[in-house]
Amino acid sequence: MDHSAAISTRGVTRDFPAGQDVITVLHGIDLDIRAGEMTFLVGESGSGKTTLISIMCGILWPTQGQVEIFGTDIYALTDTELVEFRLANIGFIFQQYNLVPSIDAAANAAVPLIARGMAVQDARAQATEMLNALNIADQADKLPSQLSGGQQQRVAIARALVHEPRLVVCDEPTAALDAKSGRRVMDLLRDIAVAEDRSVIIVTHDNRIFDLADRILVLEDGRITHDGKDMPEDH
Amino acid sequence: MGASRQKCKKIGLVMIWIAIRMLTGDKTKFYGLLFGIAFSTLLITQQLTIFVNLIERGASGVYNVAEAEVWVMDPVSRTTDISYAMPSTALERVRGVPGVEWAVPHIRANAAIRTDTGDLEQVAIIGVDDATLIGLPRTMLEGDVSVLARPDSVIIDDVGTTRMFPDQPTPVGEVLELNDQRAVIRAMADAIPSFTSTVVLYTRYSQALRYVPGTRNRLSFVLVGAADGIPPGELATRVTEQTGLRARTRDEFAQDGVDFIIENTGIPFNFGITVLLGFIVGVAIVGLTFSLFIRDNIKQFGALKAIGVTNAKIVRMVAAQAGMVGAIGYALGLVGTAIFIWAFGGDPTFKGFYIPWQIPLFSLVAVFVILGMTGFFALRNVLRTEPAAVFR
Repeated sequence: MDHSAAISTRGVTRDFPAGQDVITVLHGIDLDIRAGEMTFLVGESGSGKTTLISIMCGILWPTQGQVEIFGTDIYALTDTELVEFRLANIGFIFQQYNLVPSIDAAANAAVPLIARGMAVQDARAQATEMLNALNIADQADKLPSQLSGGQQQRVAIARALVHEPRLVVCDEPTAALDAKSGRRVMDLLRDIAVAEDRSVIIVTHDNRIFDLADRILVLEDGRITHDGKDMPEDH
Repeated sequence: MGASRQKCKKIGLVMIWIAIRMLTGDKTKFYGLLFGIAFSTLLITQQLTIFVNLIERGASGVYNVAEAEVWVMDPVSRTTDISYAMPSTALERVRGVPGVEWAVPHIRANAAIRTDTGDLEQVAIIGVDDATLIGLPRTMLEGDVSVLARPDSVIIDDVGTTRMFPDQPTPVGEVLELNDQRAVIRAMADAIPSFTSTVVLYTRYSQALRYVPGTRNRLSFVLVGAADGIPPGELATRVTEQTGLRARTRDEFAQDGVDFIIENTGIPFNFGITVLLGFIVGVAIVGLTFSLFIRDNIKQFGALKAIGVTNAKIVRMVAAQAGMVGAIGYALGLVGTAIFIWAFGGDPTFKGFYIPWQIPLFSLVAVFVILGMTGFFALRNVLRTEPAAVFR
């Protein structure tokens, strides 16, 4: 294990039952995600990238193998410790945003702070600062349904970053955005989330943003088939 | 340790704030849940209230006679309405029992009267002791008990008045043809209506014997007052032992009337079905709406779990949502029942109706069970949701 890595996996395997059979989705993944980098995880549907990213951020148990995040063996933690570890160290950006529809943008962005016990007003204030950094502070009082897709995406980013996690995990962050907005979101992520002791890992199909990656990992049939700065030519 | 617990409590409270906002934000489902609980509470509370008040009227004949501490009757008699006449000598036998302060005759019988419109109306005749007038309701709404000293006098009960003379301001002065004899209404009593809301006419015992032809034995009950220091229960036992007659204390005989209705009518079954339906409707509406609410928010719950909200906090969030719906819906249902009782209080059918404290408590338990059942199934879906589902 590389204990200096942001994420380090060794021999990660994941099986899923399929009727009476068992399908192996990941085949012994050994991987080190470095801090200070924006890493893209790329692959066709069914290649295992969602499973891998779920295991790497502590929300899906591997069938076999070990995962360390900033030196912590996360699957050696108890359930409660793992939940608290995620709350303290990981920010999530989901493809469908998954904002709570009945609370406003500031409250949505404040959820990780509220979950950590911060008073609602203080959490809202801090979340509004983050929304300001993402240039949507003027939308803080609006419900998600009153925001455009791009604005909802920024609220989701604010929610992922507001508690200053060391690892940010993004699932197709630009899928719903036009090319220009997509690049702006990636720039924001790089500015705010990529630092010496931090790391961003992005699952994406979007070839419009591949040039923004520090590192691209290609996953095929549950195995890493490419690891480099650029996409392989045959993709 | 204390600080850590305090922090957990604080986190729980702020997450509950989000839970409540999630619930109230979806107005359609929020109102649907409130409606389900309120409707169930209303149906259960209102129907049980009517049921309890209705069966308590089986005891109205006893409660209308405030003075009698012990009722003595033929061993086969069961209630004030189901009695077998005794020979008049029974009165003297009872008076001879030590501990009896006083004993008076009491007759209860049915008669027919011809109304002004020519219709036939069945009435209950109650004959009270000529000398003491023990056996009358305590309060007169019009006139006073002394009118019974005049010939052919009867006192009508207030519910009977609304039934027989619905459009008249007062029944006093009305002349009735009672079993082919003349009767004049000279006062109106404030009485608890009987189970069947039959018109009741009170008169003197001697007058009642004339109004109601019958066999040699005419005495329905002997009403007894206990001497100072003699408990009614002990006196009743003594009367039974020494006379062979059935003697019941006031409370026992009142309960006999209630039990008779429970055992001999379909009322408990019918009301029970309605209460059950109220419960089932509550489970159906609340269960369906709650499930839809949870299903609609399952991704959000999944996201919260992924972000770092523990299952324990999720349980508290759903419990807070259920608790809020339960508290408001229950209150609305109770208010609805109170309004119903208040609005219909003027109707003779509902005269004196009240909500016994046990009924709201029962409804509260029912609401707890409804929310517990539906919340459990809804929560099971949330807890089963893997955080990883948010990436799918």
